[in-house]
Amino acid sequence: MSFLEVTLFLWEGFKISLLIFAVTLLCGAPLGLPIAFCSMSKFKPLRALSKIIVWIVRGIPLMLQIFIIYYVPGLLFEFPLFSKIDIYMLVNYDIVDAGRIVAVLIAFTLNYACYFSEIYRGGIESISYGQYEAGYVLGMTKSQIFRKIILVQVIKRIVPPMSNEIITLIKDTALANCIMVCEIIKNAKELAANEALVWPLFFTGVFYLVFVGLLTILLGKLEKKLDYFRG
Amino acid sequence: MAHLIVENLTKSFGSLKVLKGVSFTLEKGEVLAIIGSSGSGKTTLLRCLNFLETPDGGQITVSDKPLLDGHDNDDEIRKKRLHFGLVFQSFNLFPQYTVHKNVTLALELLSQEREDWKTNKKAILDEINKTADDLLARVGLADKAQAYPCQLSGGQQQRVAIARALALSPEILCFDEPTSALDPNLTGEVLRVIRSLKSADRTMIVVTHEMDFARKVADKVIFMANGVIEEEGTAQQVFENPQSELTKAFLTGFDFDKDEE
Ligand SMILES: Nc1ncnc2c1ncn2[C@@H]1O[C@H](COP(=O)(O)OP(=O)(O)OP(=O)(O)O)[C@@H](O)[C@H]1O
Ligand SMILES: [Mg+2]
Repeated sequence: MSFLEVTLFLWEGFKISLLIFAVTLLCGAPLGLPIAFCSMSKFKPLRALSKIIVWIVRGIPLMLQIFIIYYVPGLLFEFPLFSKIDIYMLVNYDIVDAGRIVAVLIAFTLNYACYFSEIYRGGIESISYGQYEAGYVLGMTKSQIFRKIILVQVIKRIVPPMSNEIITLIKDTALANCIMVCEIIKNAKELAANEALVWPLFFTGVFYLVFVGLLTILLGKLEKKLDYFRG
Repeated sequence: MAHLIVENLTKSFGSLKVLKGVSFTLEKGEVLAIIGSSGSGKTTLLRCLNFLETPDGGQITVSDKPLLDGHDNDDEIRKKRLHFGLVFQSFNLFPQYTVHKNVTLALELLSQEREDWKTNKKAILDEINKTADDLLARVGLADKAQAYPCQLSGGQQQRVAIARALALSPEILCFDEPTSALDPNLTGEVLRVIRSLKSADRTMIVVTHEMDFARKVADKVIFMANGVIEEEGTAQQVFENPQSELTKAFLTGFDFDKDEE
């Protein structure tokens, strides 16, 4: 196999990695917000529930969570939901791994939503109560205070920890190969097994590096953009 | 009837009784200075007036309208607190907005509730901007309108906070130790601004440890101790001729600069 062919084959895998990355970010980041609010709720049972979920999701290895989501419907209810989707999509639409990818997306989204929620909570709780009170005495409503005063300050504070999580996320996508999803490392291992090529496995690192480099620049720009104020 | 009537205001935090029945009145245009040692309940009193705390009992009446009725929703409380303004010890400016925007933000949001907002938007916003320009000029910060709070000194920040509070033209403007967080060399500029606000239709309540300021500016002085008003009277009565032992003891702790202006 030529270098170009290998690169293209790996790129096919990296597209799956990027898909997992994008969906996790687009779904997990918003989902983290209600979880954060539940964790800060004045209603104790809701707060407790939310904290228990966050504890479990953050306390178990992501790989195990992928296994659980993929296999448990089959084991517990004798309905292998995701492998059925797999077969159905492959037979009818010639799409490989669809069910597995859905299972991975669910696991990743849940997992990252919980991590994000803790970052949001930390950010929101770090804003001094004086900011709320200043809004109140100026006749603002709760929602105006959150949208017009608190939110931007929270965003500024959570950009660095969010950047960290986001960079971890792209590397975590490699975990999808634990249920045989054809992400980039799975593809590289296939080359090692079928074509006796070992170097592509190490070459995958370049894909991650380039992408993380781009992310770093982008997130750095965002951080700079919020540099105009302190607080 | 007096412009502001506070009757028998009480407030506890758990078992700690912080206000044990505070009553006083204030006429329109008067400046009230509240003095007293740490923990005597001065901040709590101001916070009750601004509805940041809910008093346990008592009544607050502004322009003959009793404000406390015990079962208000958030929106009613929000409207009622607009009778009062509050300048905080720690400024609490909004860091992400320019000085100008800090002053206009609340007015803009309130204007959106006006019926003519949609039809008259531009004129209303122009008016608000002009109000902010005027206020910033009054507190001597016209040239800082486009600066961010982090670029200002503490004294300048507090003057912005004063302009911000004035923007809503509250009937009664409260200050909670407006200069306590400032370097001594910056307190003068803030006190001068507060003093310059004294006018026939602006009623002010200033909690302060600046005894000279209280003596020169206040029409009325209240000395608080342990959640009650221990002594009250004109500045002259309280400072020159205090009746209560507690007041005397408190005042001997301060050095007075005797040369009058
Ligand atoms: N939210 C609260 N929860 C519990 N206790 C409080 C609360 N706010 C104030 N207190 C207590 O109430 C008492 C009076 O506090 P307050 O802040 O009104 O005093 P102060 O006269 O303003 O004092 P200082 O001169 O130090 O500002 C203090 O003992 C304080 O610890
Ligand atoms: Mg205080």
